[in-house]
Parts: sequence; structure tokens; C-alpha cells
Amino acid sequence: MSLLAEPLIQRMLLVGLLVGLAAPVMGTYLVQRRMALLGDGIGHVALAGVAAGWLAGSLFGLAQQDALAIPGAIVFAIGGAVIIERMRSRGTAADVVMAILFYGGIAGGVLLIGLAGGSNANLLGYLFGSISTVTWGDVWMSVGLAAAILLIGLGLRTALFAVTHDQEFARSTGLPVEALNMVVAVLAAVTITVAMRVVGVLLVSALMIVPVAIAQLLTRSFARTMHVAMGIGAVLTLTGIWITIFYDVQPGALIVTLGVLAYVAVAGVTSMARRGT
Amino acid sequence: MSDPDLTADLPPSLVEARDVRVSLQGTEILHGVALTARPGEVVALLGGNGSGKSTFVRSIVGALPTTAGTIDLFGRPASPASRARLGYVPQRVSAAGGVSATALEVVTSGLLGSRDGAARFGARLRGLVPPRDAHARARAALRSVGIEDLAKRDVSRLSGGQQQRVLIARALVRRPKLLILDEPMAGVDLESQVQFSHTVGHLKHDGVGVVIVLHELGAMAHHIDRAVVIERGCVTFDGPPPKDLGVHALPGHDHEHPHTDPPSRDGGLGLEGP
Repeated sequence: MSLLAEPLIQRMLLVGLLVGLAAPVMGTYLVQRRMALLGDGIGHVALAGVAAGWLAGSLFGLAQQDALAIPGAIVFAIGGAVIIERMRSRGTAADVVMAILFYGGIAGGVLLIGLAGGSNANLLGYLFGSISTVTWGDVWMSVGLAAAILLIGLGLRTALFAVTHDQEFARSTGLPVEALNMVVAVLAAVTITVAMRVVGVLLVSALMIVPVAIAQLLTRSFARTMHVAMGIGAVLTLTGIWITIFYDVQPGALIVTLGVLAYVAVAGVTSMARRGT
Repeated sequence: MSDPDLTADLPPSLVEARDVRVSLQGTEILHGVALTARPGEVVALLGGNGSGKSTFVRSIVGALPTTAGTIDLFGRPASPASRARLGYVPQRVSAAGGVSATALEVVTSGLLGSRDGAARFGARLRGLVPPRDAHARARAALRSVGIEDLAKRDVSRLSGGQQQRVLIARALVRRPKLLILDEPMAGVDLESQVQFSHTVGHLKHDGVGVVIVLHELGAMAHHIDRAVVIERGCVTFDGPPPKDLGVHALPGHDHEHPHTDPPSRDGGLGLEGP
């Protein structure tokens, strides 16, 4: 138990718990809209934001060059989400929009980090996660952002379900459809920047989608899918982080691998149970 | 006939659309169409595929912008607030989304949006969360279409007819004074058609106006008070349907064929035969 008294481990577990709870909430809405890969598109734009923040830090001569990396990621991710949502609402194919952001984000990130005098190695922590470097400042920012995600994502669940389930009907009822769609996109962007520290840009989408995919095998209701996915997300992140305390493995990769293995196991068991009945 | 007591607070026309024009991607689809529906009146909107029926109802419910003309709902220009007493059943194949949802959850989502017709910010905020009695009302709506026992079932596992009834319940849970349905009978089993016909009968008695897009009058024929035929974006007929002959008696439907014929593609109004 003395390990739990270590501030670093407290920070890691707290951020992991918040991310594990918050990411599946937004993942449920993305799966509902059949936009499971949106997180990947926004994640790559966030990477360009990390590099832009890095560049700004070097231009301003900040002592800690990456001090603006996360704020940069938040700004870019939200900007990317707004662009995706506006183009989608104007009828542009969602997969094409995401592909453009996907490539533009990676290319922009590599170019900007070069201009900032850094190397691609500086981006690795953001590509694959770097939870062991979280500060208390990061923790409090994560607490604030995760609280906003949970408050809005859970509090407006019926309204966000209505809009993601049947936009045309929602519009006929007088719901502010465009505003609610934008809320989903922006919250997804915020979720990605929070989760980026834990699993990295390359795997951030997995933390949003895999728990939902597992929960869907077990439940038949939208609300229950969301709640079960939150529980699965929290267990996965806490388990993954706890294991990495004892073994030298990459936390993000371990968390996602555990999730995929859990999906395969649950799918196998539910399939056998169905055949048995 | 509708009960006069139930329609006392309603304007003479629940919906009054005049000279409505709608363009999609630069092409005008509706060329100045009109429609009215009074309390307790059931209006059938008929026409062939691509005639503009669905475009018309989608413009009335606010899903498509109009380029010209006026649409009044309950005596006021159409707006999110004036749609508080509107129920809409869109044309669709399935009631299911990407994540499983129960029939109760789908119907409960119908309780959001404008409720009391007020356009105030506070009223719109309240419309983002369901009212306290949401589940009881949703169950009552499911009961009214005969599927309360399916309340906790995943809608994606229900039959096409049952899914359609869930969507009708989602519109009815708003206690609408005007119900607009876009081809509710498409791909629906006979039991659901009969149930729906009963539902429309009750609504009519309660003074609810019903606008229903149909390919054919079919099981609904005895409820229809007026038929409006749209052909190539224009209204070509507006009047009471000759009930004994159904769609075959409508002006422009100038051929005769047995009811076992395949759907008409080019004859008369382009209306599909039964």
C-alpha cells in the first residue's frame, strides 16, 4: 500500500481514472453517430497543436520549451473538431474530412517541431503517451476538463442521444441541433487532449471506442452502455497503469492491448452463451 | 369527427403552407406548393417517387429550409418554439442507431425540444432535459401503439413494423396537436398497419390534425378527409378522395389495372398501385 503514498503514482492513477471514465462517455456518442474514427482525425490535429505550442514556447524563449504543448493541442483539437463538424454538416463525406486532417496533422506536427528546433523524438511522448511525466498542474487541468466532459456528457445524455440518433426528428422538436452537434465535437476534442497524456495520440481513439465496443456486447440500452463503458474504461486504465509500476512496459499500449483482449474474451463468452441458449 | 371541446383552443388551421418553394443543391424541387390541415382532419399527401412529398413535409417540420413562401404552424410563423405541439415521424428504414437503445429511450427522446411554445432562452434550456414524468409518459405512448411490453427491448432487434410503432410513439409522447408522418406504412406488417389505423382514428377523435405521406390510401382510406396530390413539385389535386376507388379514382390516374399489378411507374400521376 505504500506505493499509493507516492505522489507520482497518485497522479498517474488519478489521471488514468479520469481518462478511463471520461473517454467512453464521448466514445458512446461517436459510435452512435458512426464516427468511431473521429478521435483519430482530431488526435493527429492535436499533434500539430503540440508542435505549434512547442514552436510558440521556443519563440517566446520559455525556459520549459514544451510548456505550451498541451494548450496548443487543446486549441488545435477544438479547431479541428469545429472544422470537421462544419464540413460534415455541409455534406462533405466525413471519412474524407478525417483523412485530410489525419495527414495534415501528422505532416504539420513533424514540420512545426522541426521549425521549433526539436526533433521527432520530442513528439514520441505525445504519440505514445507519457503518463509518468504528469505534474500536479496536469492533474488539476485533467480534473477540470474531465469534470466538464462528465457533467455535459452525462447531464445532456438524452438530448445528445436525440441528436446523434435522429437529427431530422431532433430538429423538428426545436432542439438546437447544430449547437449540440458542436458540443459533441468539441467535447470529443477536449477528451482527446486529456487522454493524450495517458495513451498517446496514436491510441487515444481506442480508449474512447474499445470500452464502448465491449459494453455493447453486454447491454441493450444506451444509458447502460455508457455507464458500463465508463466502468470498463476505468478498470482498463487503472489496471494498465498499475501493471506498468512493476513492469517496464508502455502504459498506453498495455491499456489498449488489455482492452482488445477483453473485447475478444467477452465476445467469445457472449457468443458461446448465445449458442448455448 | 373530432370532439369540439378538445379543439376549442386551436386555430382554424394547424398548418398553413402557401407558395412554398424548396431548392436542393441548386435545383428547385418544390415550385410553390400549398397545404392546410385543420383540427381533427386527416390529410393524405400522395404522389410518386421523387414527386416532392417528403421534401414538402421536411420543410414544414424545419428539416429543410424554404427558398420562398410561408409556413404557419398553429397560427404563427413556423419556428422552433411553434413546433412545440408538432409530432413528426420521419421516413426511415430503421429506428436503430450505432449504439443499442431501448424503445423507452427512443420514445423519451421525443420529450425534448420546445414544450410550451415559448421562445425564451430558459424554456429552450429546459427543453434539453426530459421532464420528471418522462418514463411514465413514454410508457403511455408505447401503450397507445400497442407495444408497451417492448419498452425495455433493443429497438434494433424489433421488426420493421414494431420499429415504426416506436417512432410513432416518439411523436405521440409530445401530445401533438398536429402529427406529420412520412410514409409510415412503408415496409410495415399488417398488424402494425391495423394498429396504426386505430391510432389515427383516436387522434382524429381527439381533434389532432394528421398529415400523412402515402403511396396509396390502403388501410388508411376510411380515415382520410382530404387528399393532396403532388406531381413534379406541384400540387395537382386537393380535395376529398373518392373512398370507394381509393387512389385509382384520383384525377390524373387514368388507367385501370387489377390490384395485383406491380407498382405503376409512368401512368397517370405516377402513384404506385397496391
